[in-house]
This record gives sequence, structure tokens and C-alpha cells, in this order.
Amino acid sequence: MEAIDGLALGFTHALTITNLGWALLGCFLGTAIGVLPGIGPALTIALLLPITFQVSATGAFILFCGIFYGAMYGGSTTSILLNAPGESGSIITALEGAKMAKNGRAGPALATAAIGSFVAGIVGTLGIAFIGPVIVDFALLLGPAEYFCLMVLCFVTVSAVLGGSALRGLTSLFLGLTLGLIGIDLQTGQPRMTFGLPELYDGVNVVLVAVGLFAVAEALHMAWRHHAGEKAEVRPVGKLMLSRSDLKRSFWPWMRGAGLGFPFGVMPAGGTEMPTMLSYYAERKLVAPEHAHEFGTTGAIEGVAGPEAANNAAAAGILVPMLTLGLPTSATAAIMLSAFQSYGIQPGPLLFETQGELVWTLIASLFVANVMLVVLNLPLIGLWVRILKIPTPQLYAGILVFATIGTYGISNSVVDLMLLYGIGIIGMFMRRFDFPVAPVVIGMILGPMAEQALRQALTISQGDWSVFVTRPGSLAILAVALLALLGPRIYAVWMRR
Amino acid sequence: MRGRVTNRIPVPDLMAGLFVLLMGLMGLWQAGAISVSPLYAQVGPKAVPYVVASCMTALGALLVMAALRGGWSATIAEVAEAGPPNMKALGLLGAGLLLNLILIVPAGFSIAASAQFVMVSAAFGSRSMARDLLIALPLTLGVWFLFVQGLGVNIGAGLLEGLVLRAMGREVF
Repeated sequence: MEAIDGLALGFTHALTITNLGWALLGCFLGTAIGVLPGIGPALTIALLLPITFQVSATGAFILFCGIFYGAMYGGSTTSILLNAPGESGSIITALEGAKMAKNGRAGPALATAAIGSFVAGIVGTLGIAFIGPVIVDFALLLGPAEYFCLMVLCFVTVSAVLGGSALRGLTSLFLGLTLGLIGIDLQTGQPRMTFGLPELYDGVNVVLVAVGLFAVAEALHMAWRHHAGEKAEVRPVGKLMLSRSDLKRSFWPWMRGAGLGFPFGVMPAGGTEMPTMLSYYAERKLVAPEHAHEFGTTGAIEGVAGPEAANNAAAAGILVPMLTLGLPTSATAAIMLSAFQSYGIQPGPLLFETQGELVWTLIASLFVANVMLVVLNLPLIGLWVRILKIPTPQLYAGILVFATIGTYGISNSVVDLMLLYGIGIIGMFMRRFDFPVAPVVIGMILGPMAEQALRQALTISQGDWSVFVTRPGSLAILAVALLALLGPRIYAVWMRR
Repeated sequence: MRGRVTNRIPVPDLMAGLFVLLMGLMGLWQAGAISVSPLYAQVGPKAVPYVVASCMTALGALLVMAALRGGWSATIAEVAEAGPPNMKALGLLGAGLLLNLILIVPAGFSIAASAQFVMVSAAFGSRSMARDLLIALPLTLGVWFLFVQGLGVNIGAGLLEGLVLRAMGREVF
């Protein structure tokens, strides 16, 4: 069995002192930034990208994945204790979790979230190990034409299917695609979309865009909306124990949440909002009648256990298309993909073959990270609460210090800083007008890869554009993309009749 | 118009749509400016930029149309509930960013980022500038050492970094 052999190989590498150290650092850092409002895994990994010049690819990716998993754990702490979800996946957790905290049950809520995250993380990582190779075998059959169509499907799902409005999601995506076009065309050497400015010949840096959209835009938007004296109260934690009845009530929600979340993560739609929401409604329906009244009043533990498990399983699932197909379906995955590129590693189906050791060490490290997180998190809760209490002014001032050095460090250029602020201002207006920012980052990183696949496919077909509809594989994928784009709208029109 | 209450057109939404439209048109202009050797006439460097810019233009036009039909801002709860924009906070934050931009070359990272830290803290309602400065200086110095020594990022030592390096008996680069 490929997965068993792979995991055996992976664990021998993952359990070395160095790699355990990277995992521990990642988990610690990830939890801290997950707890902090206004800073997430995508921004953190973007700021840490220079590390790719210093350490081995294995070490860097163990660190990044630790941050990714850790942020999921940390996010639930903020949702429960502060009723301020740090990222989209923990919005649902805040519904019941904050109510439990208000009623003095913060401890059990945190415990069920942590253990649920652990269960889901293990289920999800097993999923990566066993499903990954299967998808790779299938993906190796795909030619550039199919690959291009798969990327189109990815573009459609990340921008038009999820989120509030397809129009605004697509606008964000095309902004990212435009940014990705700036610079020298790799195949012909022509400068494109540069307005003749030599500063733009190297293209716009991904770190700069990510930092602008996630850090500067967030700070500007918060300042715009800032009102003095608006400081939420951090609830006391209390006893971090699950009673026998809490455990019994949490068990099946964990399992259902994990089972629901993982497939959603694997699908190119990605995203953690939908599975967490579905898990919440499922638990609300399935709850034992004697506990039903707790939903929306005193806070039901099922409503924390299920969505938290779904959130983490979906996060694990997102790694499947990234590792097997090279398709990022979240901003964090997109930034990780650019880290692969910075090592000169071509992400895609060949990754499991050419970089087998790296991939399996990474997967084994995900198990390690999960164990570390559940062991670290609950005893260190006091530390996380202290991090939560960093006052807003110094928190945002500090985030901008990191934003400045991360951008200025790219090439010691004041022009980069101006570009950063410009993108920050655009990002602030995007927040204001409800344009999602993740599709910008995904479009910017996946766009050039899609163009390459398109041009390869057209070179093979000698310029005949019909390859995309005459090859059954690519036609099928395009049909799914079209359905994903138009389906919900046709359905809405149909229902209105 | 009959049948519908004549809503006022939401100007902010219209501006957002026009901005996207403008970006699309600029993209088309830049796509047209790409020079192509005849060798690449079929799948050259121009094709994708044209497609992307055309889509951007179309999306801008659709957003403008959506704005003319009443816009979408009114449906965003965050906007509907929000009070007037806090121009003072935004101004202080902007001033902080600008100060950083001006200081970073002559004075170096730590001084520029510390000035920015103090201004940004003030923007979010911090009252003690002296205390913020006392937090900012060690923080920015620490971050500089972390990035330069830890991550190997190349950022030249400014006035403050040079002082600290000399005090540590190290060479200033």
C-alpha cells in the first residue's frame, strides 16, 4: 500500500529533532496568530517566505503547515472567549461557543473545540495520505488542455460559487489575474502591462500583495470604522474539562463534522464556511431533544464540537488539491504554492514522485503537529488569553511594523512601500464594498500557471482553440465549471417562476 | 420610472464600479501596447492579457449597471450599521505610513517604523505617546534583528541599528 510505505518513510524523517522543532515552532506561532484578531496564516506565511532562502524545503513546509493547522486551533479560542471570530471558518463556532462562555462554560467549549480539532485533523490527514496518491494517479493522465480547464474550474469555484456575489468575486479574481500578468512574459521576453515602468518588469511581488491586502487594508479599514471605547470583554476560562456527558454529546458531532468538512476541503471549491455552516445546522437538527433548548440560549456543546471539527477537516482537505494537483483553493494554500515555486519545485501530480520524501515527511508532520497542538493548547490557555488581551492600538501598530519590514526587505525599495500602501487602500475599499480578497491572491499565483497550461495546450494543438471542447476530459471539466457558474442563477430564475 | 420608487443612485457604489471599469480599460490599453513578433501570432503574449482585460471591463460595466439599479452597499450589514467614517483615525494612520516612507531611507528601519508605530497607536486611541515609543524602539529593533539575522533578509543598518551593532562590538554593514 503506497500510503503505508509513504507514511513509514515520512515518520522516520518527521521525527528527527530538527523537523520536530520546526513543527513545534509552527504550531506555537500558528496558534498565536490564530488567537490574534487581524492577522491570519496567509499573512504570516507570506511574511516568513524569506525563510525559503535559508532552510531546506522540508523544514520550511513543516513550519508553514504547523502555522496553518495552529491558526485553526487558535481561531476557536478567539471565537469562544471574545465572540470575535478571527477567520471565516470560526464564525459559526462563535455562535454557540460565545454563548457557552457567557454562561460560564468557556472551559468545556474550548476543550471540545480542541479535541474536535484534533480528531478532525487526524481524520483529515489520514484522508490526505490515502486519497492523495489516488488523485495523483488520475491526475497524471491529464494533459495541458485538461489542466487548464481544471484551473478554470478552480477560478470559478473560488470566486463565483462561494461568498456573497459572483460579480464581486469574479472582479476580485480578475484583479488578481491582472496583477499576475504584470512583468516580463516568460515565453517571449516581452514586458506586459507595465506602463513602460522598469520597476514593474520583475512583476508585482506576491508577498507585497498579500501583506497589502491582509495587513495594511485591515488596519486602514479598522481605523476607518474605529470608535473609541469599543473593546470586547474576554470571558474567563474556568475549568478546562469535559464531563462525561459533554464527551458523549461531543463525540458524534466531531465525527460528523470531520466527515462533512474533509470532502468540502478536497473539492476545488475549498473554503471552510460552507462545511461549518452545514455541520451547525446538522447538529441543531440531530441534537437530543433534552438539549435542544440550549441552542441559541445558553449555548449547546454540539454546536461547537461539530463546526470546529468540520473547520479543521476542511483545512486538511485544502492540502489535497494543493499537493496533488498544484491547485490552491485558499489564500494560505496559494502563498504556500509560491513557496514551492521559490524552491524551484513544480507543484502538481509529479510532486509525489519527484519529491516523495518531502511530501510524505510533510504529511507525517501534520500528524505530529496535531498531537502537539492538542497537547500544547489546553495547558497553555493562560498564555493565549494574555495574547488576546493585547490592546488594539499596539496590536495594529505592531502588525504594520511586520508589514513594513516584510515588504521593505524584498528589495529595500521605497517604491515597493508605495505600492504596498496603494494595494492596502484598494484592499480597504474592497472590504468596504464587500469584495472578497482571497481570489486576488489565488488569481495572482494560479493565473500565470493557467496561462502557461493554455499556451502549451494551444502549441500542441497548433493553435486550434477547439482542443478544450473536443477532448472529453477537458470538455467535462469545463461543463462542471459552467454549471458551477450558471447553475445557481438558473435555479434561482426557475424557482421564481 | 414607473412602478419603482425612484431610489437615489448610491454614489459610492457607482464610483467602485467606475474604478473597476477604468482598470479594465487601462488593461486593454496596456494589452494593446504589448509588441508581438509575427512568430507568435497564434498564441502570443497578447492573447491572455486581452481576455483578462476584456473580462475586467465587462465586470466593471456590470458593476456600474448594478450601481445604477440601486447598488449593493445597502445590503451589507456592516455598512448599514456603521457610523460615520473616523477621519481622524484614518488621517493619523495615513500620516504614520507617510512618516515611515519619508524616514526609512535616511534614518533606517527602526526609527521609521517606531515613528509609524506611535502614529498608528495614536490613530487607534492610544493616549501615551511616550509609552508607545518605549514599546516601539525595542520591538522594531528586535524585528530588524529577527529578519536580518534570523531570516537572512537584506536590510541595511540605519542610525539606530548601527548604534546597537557598534555597542555589541559588531561590524556595521
